[in-house]
Amino acid sequence: MTIQVEIVTPSRQLYSGEVEMITMPGVEGEMGVLAGHAPLLTTLNIGELTLHNAAGEPEYIAVSGGVVEVLPDKVIVMARSAERAEEIDIARAEEALQRAEEALRTRPDEDRQPVEIAYRRSQLRLKVARRRRRTRPGVFVEDEG
Amino acid sequence: MASTREIRRRIRSVRNISQVTRAMEAVAASKMRRAQQQVMATRPYAEKALEVLSHIARLHGSGDAMDALITSRAEIKRVGIVLITADRGLAGGFNANVLRENAAFIKKQRDQGREVEVVVVGRKGRDWLLRYDPAIRAEFTNMPDTLATADIAPISRTVIDDFRSERFDEVHIIFTDFVNTLIQRPTVQQILPVVPAETTATMPPDYIFEPSVEAVLEQVLIGFTEVQILQAMYESIASEHSARMVAMRNATEAANELVDELTLTYNKARQEGITRELMDIIGGSIGLE
Repeated sequence: MTIQVEIVTPSRQLYSGEVEMITMPGVEGEMGVLAGHAPLLTTLNIGELTLHNAAGEPEYIAVSGGVVEVLPDKVIVMARSAERAEEIDIARAEEALQRAEEALRTRPDEDRQPVEIAYRRSQLRLKVARRRRRTRPGVFVEDEG
Repeated sequence: MASTREIRRRIRSVRNISQVTRAMEAVAASKMRRAQQQVMATRPYAEKALEVLSHIARLHGSGDAMDALITSRAEIKRVGIVLITADRGLAGGFNANVLRENAAFIKKQRDQGREVEVVVVGRKGRDWLLRYDPAIRAEFTNMPDTLATADIAPISRTVIDDFRSERFDEVHIIFTDFVNTLIQRPTVQQILPVVPAETTATMPPDYIFEPSVEAVLEQVLIGFTEVQILQAMYESIASEHSARMVAMRNATEAANELVDELTLTYNKARQEGITRELMDIIGGSIGLE
């Protein structure tokens, strides 16, 4: 049994297709969803979303924040931002990580929260980028963002 | 009458201008198409967010009091405006039209005794406000043409924070709605508090909420505010380029007409010169006889 997945961000629709299982960084911890799940609305953390397909290797997508709606036959991910592994420029992600590390060292404690979020995001983007796959099942909507 | 050399120089310069304006028209046309596609790309998210929003609102009565962002205030004393203009001119009436709408809206609010502050996007709007009405809360200039959520996050953060801290009791966005390539309409739209639309979509009533309804609602409201700002930006970008495209096409046509006129003048001047020289020669040869 497969489940329909749609991933949308404010600037584009990133993914639309059928998968066996989807795992997401739910706010209460990592969460796997199969077809037939109870209706659920939950917020997302900064983390890695994985689409498991019957045939090929899994698809990795970096998401940061947002809301997920789970229905028995459908999952709609409304992410504030989302990028798939292939889209992430590793060199630029590394730079961003270094900048965030630098800022973490120099910032006074009270201003740290945005920097910590930036740090977590850039770590995540690097991690996801390094998962780059060679085959690509699933239908991707062309990137316009 | 100008000398033939001067006319020739003018023809050359006008022809150069028409080449530049023609190139600008082509650039504007392609940027406009891109922005139009981006407008379309925001729709799935916006529709979904609105659907979840109205569902939650219905689930819990009016949805009021669950989150400040969705709660209308009894008394409106301070109004925030997000004004979207372009960084560049040469776009026909684009900037002037949206600025006029802005001025009218500010006046209407002030007439009701409300304070107004503006979060301005684009250099043209900022310069106008600095000169005539410096009620600027924040300014954002040099926005990229290919916007992503990250680019407008500071704008939405500013207005959401100001709304929560009651610096603003209402936030409106003033932008240029892209109707088609000939019509772009300056538009005022309320973004905060969020007004959930009546929905016809049926959602199952027995959702599990994690970690809580309030947390989910807050995320949806922030996302919805962001997507509204993003849509307004894309609409404005499409309008700007479309206005520039039309303005540049007119400029190209005017330049070509001018070239035709000047060519006529040039030919007349040249012919006159030849006639004069002939008269001289003839006059001279008569004198010799």
